[in-house]
Order: sequence, then structure tokens, then C-alpha cells
Amino acid sequence: MIPVSFDYKRANSVSDAISLLQQHGENAKILAGGHSLVPTMKLRLATPETLIDIGGIMELKYIEDKGDYLAIGSGTTHCMVESSDLIQQKAPGLSQAAAQIGDVQVRNRGTIGGVLAHSDPQADYPGVVLALDATIVAQGSGGERTIAASDYFTGLWETALTEGEILTEIRIPTDSANANSCYLKFPQPASRYPYVGCAVAMSASGGSCSDVRVGLSGVGEFAFRDSGVEDSIRGQTLNESSIASASAKAAQGRSVLSDVFVSEEYRRAMAQVYTKRALTQLS
Amino acid sequence: MSVNGTGYEHDVEPRTLLVQHLRDNMGLTGTHVGCDTSSCGACTIIANGETVKSCTLLAVQCEGAEIKTIEGMATNGKLHPIQESFREHHGLQCGFCTPGMVLSSWQLLERNPKPSETEIRHAIEGNFCRCTGYHNIVKAVQDAANKG
Ligand SMILES: Cc1cc2nc3c(=O)[nH]c(=O)nc-3n(C[C@H](O)[C@H](O)[C@H](O)COP(=O)(O)OP(=O)(O)OC[C@H]3O[C@@H](n4cnc5c(N)ncnc54)[C@H](O)[C@@H]3O)c2cc1C
Ligand code: FES
Ligand code: FES
Repeated sequence: MIPVSFDYKRANSVSDAISLLQQHGENAKILAGGHSLVPTMKLRLATPETLIDIGGIMELKYIEDKGDYLAIGSGTTHCMVESSDLIQQKAPGLSQAAAQIGDVQVRNRGTIGGVLAHSDPQADYPGVVLALDATIVAQGSGGERTIAASDYFTGLWETALTEGEILTEIRIPTDSANANSCYLKFPQPASRYPYVGCAVAMSASGGSCSDVRVGLSGVGEFAFRDSGVEDSIRGQTLNESSIASASAKAAQGRSVLSDVFVSEEYRRAMAQVYTKRALTQLS
Repeated sequence: MSVNGTGYEHDVEPRTLLVQHLRDNMGLTGTHVGCDTSSCGACTIIANGETVKSCTLLAVQCEGAEIKTIEGMATNGKLHPIQESFREHHGLQCGFCTPGMVLSSWQLLERNPKPSETEIRHAIEGNFCRCTGYHNIVKAVQDAANKG
């Protein structure tokens, strides 16, 4: 399977990529790791006229400690995220998610910015950046702006990024909840995409939960924070019964995806099971 | 780009996949196409020291890259130790998955010279084998690790 013909441009810097995007308009697409876009183009579900390759821009590949937050360049591969000691320490949930994406070959190539820009309902990171209360940084011809993760995912394959904008950085607060975070996933056994992925970041002291954020991937048309679970467990003593009643609220009142492998009912049940396991793990 | 240590210059259409370029333009048919949908790992090659599925990469993305394929593993007619271990332990039956398996095993041993059985199985998750049941592949990788 071969994509339809297109024009290929290599961007050497972020500003170069932005001006190429401006020049080529709505029929141009950014190419990062290509591990969502190339398969889609081979199936001819995407037929961009121009590809702007940002995969070689080294200034987008970094993981830095900025004190209050970790800054991760959008071109950082899943493999770099998985093997970063800094992320392991300050946001273990993110490294756990990275380590469970696809397989080694996919993780060598795919980028965190690519996942977040694509916003596939079946991607791992979206629920994680919600639970970690991350900030997404975008750059366009008008300059730079920041978007809270909670405002970022807007629909099926839709995000708050506007045409002509490039996702450049992900900022993960270095708070105590993020240092105590995890990601658990019920994967499709062949592709490894998540049917359900549950990310939790929790501050706990003296056996009770002082603050908590829960993000669910794979469950709805786009990832969401589950305030039902959060409100139920926040301020509670962490024990079997408080965790059971909080996790029973997972995905409540949400429309849930259904496919030939996993029905809506089963997915809902698994959202509860994985939420329960994640809350238990952090307690 | 360089392929197995030799530099090449080619003009390719942007839509040419790396695997097509290697097989059809360069005659390097050791890299196999199994699924053509990024799933099976038969097309795995090494680009700048990292394994990647060459059916999911455009040849133009590899401009200037150092590519290694299964043809580049043996030196002076002598099999690479990983290939030798696959041979000794019957790590292959039909051999279709083998080029990808060998390169994924190479990536694993580069990053983790003494992997456990679980780590080996995790590392070859992106490579499907329809013949061996993986058992002898795992044994071959363990043997290659012990030799290294
Ligand atoms: C076999 C296989 C298994 C996989 N399994 C999983 C899995 O288990 N979990 C999971 O989460 N993912 C999985 N993936 C997807 C993988 O994580 C991709 O790497 C990821 O979805 C896209 O990242 P990319 O860098 O490859 O982006 P690309 O494919 O290059 O781009 C994806 C989209 O985002 C846009 N884009 C990319 N970067 C930017 C940017 N910086 N700014 C603006 N727009 C941008 C592109 O224009 C395109 O529309 C799998 C992929 C494969 C092939
Ligand atoms: S042919 Fe490339 S992964 Fe199957
Ligand atoms: S040996 Fe036949 S597919 Fe692996």
C-alpha cells in the first residue's frame, strides 16, 4: 500500500515549520514520527498535498527540569520518555504509559507531540496528561500560547490546536501528586492500543487522600478527567470500601465507545476495574 | 543515506516507503513485507541505531541516515553471533520473521545485554512469528546474551 503522491518539505527549525505551514495552507500536514500519519496515508484515509517533516528538528527533542515543572519537547520519542530517570521520578505515570505504547519499534519512532496532536481516542498519553494536569504549549505565526490539558481535548481526533499551529512542548507540574502517579492499561492484545487506560495522580497523607486527579484514555471519544471518581475519594480515608465506591463511579454519565471486541458495557466495567487497581496501587 | 556501511544517493518519489526502496530499488530483499500495516515487524531495520518498521517510514525521512538491514549483520561471510544462536537453537522454521527478529534481538542486547526471559518476550512484542511459538527464539536470544 502506497500513499497518494504528495510534496515533501523538511523543516529545519520550528519557525521554518510554521512558515512552511503558512505557505502551504490547509492541505499541508505536519509529519513527526509518522507512526499514525503514514499508516493512515497508506490506507489513503489521509491525502495531504504537502508533508512538512519536523522529525529532524533536534530542538524539539528534550526533557528538562524547570523546577516547578518538567518541560518535554513535542518531538521526544516514547522511548526517550520511557527511559528518562527524571520522568520516572517526578511523573512515574507518564513513563509507565510510554513503556506500554505499541512495541519497541513504535516507541523508537513515535513522539509525544504526535500522540497529543492526533488525539486518537485509543491513545495512551491523553488520559495521563489530564491526570498530571499538564500544560500544552503551541506555536503559530502569532507567537506562543499555553493550553491547559483540561481544555485541550475537544472531540474525536480533535484538539484545541488551530490550523497553522505546532505543538512544541508539554509541561508537567512537579507536584507531590504527580510524583505519586501511575498508569494502568487494558490493551488490545494484538495492537496494544488501550481499550481502557487509567491514569491517577494522588497526594496522600496519613492514609487519606488529600488530592487526586483521574484521567481515562480509550473509554470515550476523547480522553477526560473523571470528576465523579475524584470527588468521591478526595478527603477520604483510603481503604477498600472508599476505593470501591469511588471506582464504581468511573465513566458514569459519560458516553462510552463500543466496538466488535469490547462492548460499551464491558468497557464501562473495565474502566471501573482499572480505576480501582490504580487507586489501590497508589494508596 | 548509508546502507550497511556504503553511502548511496538516489532520487525517490516522496511517497516511496523505505521498505520498497530497499527491496525494489536496491535489491535488498532480506527485509520482508508481512502485513504492510505496521503490525508484524517482518520489515524491521535499524535506522541510526534504532529498530523501526520500514513499511511505516518514507525513504525521504531517512535522508542522511545510517541504515542497517539483515544483509549487513554478517561480516566477511561469518554470521553475526545472534544469527549463529538462531541457527543453533532452531530459532526459525520458515524464516519469514527471522530478519526482523534478529534485528529486534540486536536492539534488545544493545540496550540490555543480560535480559530476563520476560524482558526478551517484551522486546520482541513487535515481531510476529507464525511458526515457532517463540520458544526457540527466546532460547536463541538467551544464548546470544550468554555468548556476548
Ligand atoms: C503498530 C502500532 C501500535 C501503536 N500502539 C499504540 C499504543 O498502544 N498506544 C498509543 O498511544 N499509540 C500507539 N500507536 C501510535 C503511536 O504512538 C504514534 O507514534 C502516535 O500516535 C503519533 O505520533 P507520531 O510522532 O508518529 O505522529 P505522526 O504520525 O507524525 O503525526 C500524527 C498527527 O499529528 C500531527 N502532528 C504530529 N506532531 C505534531 C506537532 N508537533 N504539532 C502539530 N501537529 C502534529 C500530524 O500532522 C498528524 O496529523 C501505535 C502505532 C503503531 C504503528
Ligand atoms: S510489513 Fe511492516 S510491520 Fe508488517
Ligand atoms: S519462522 Fe516462520 S514466521 Fe517465524
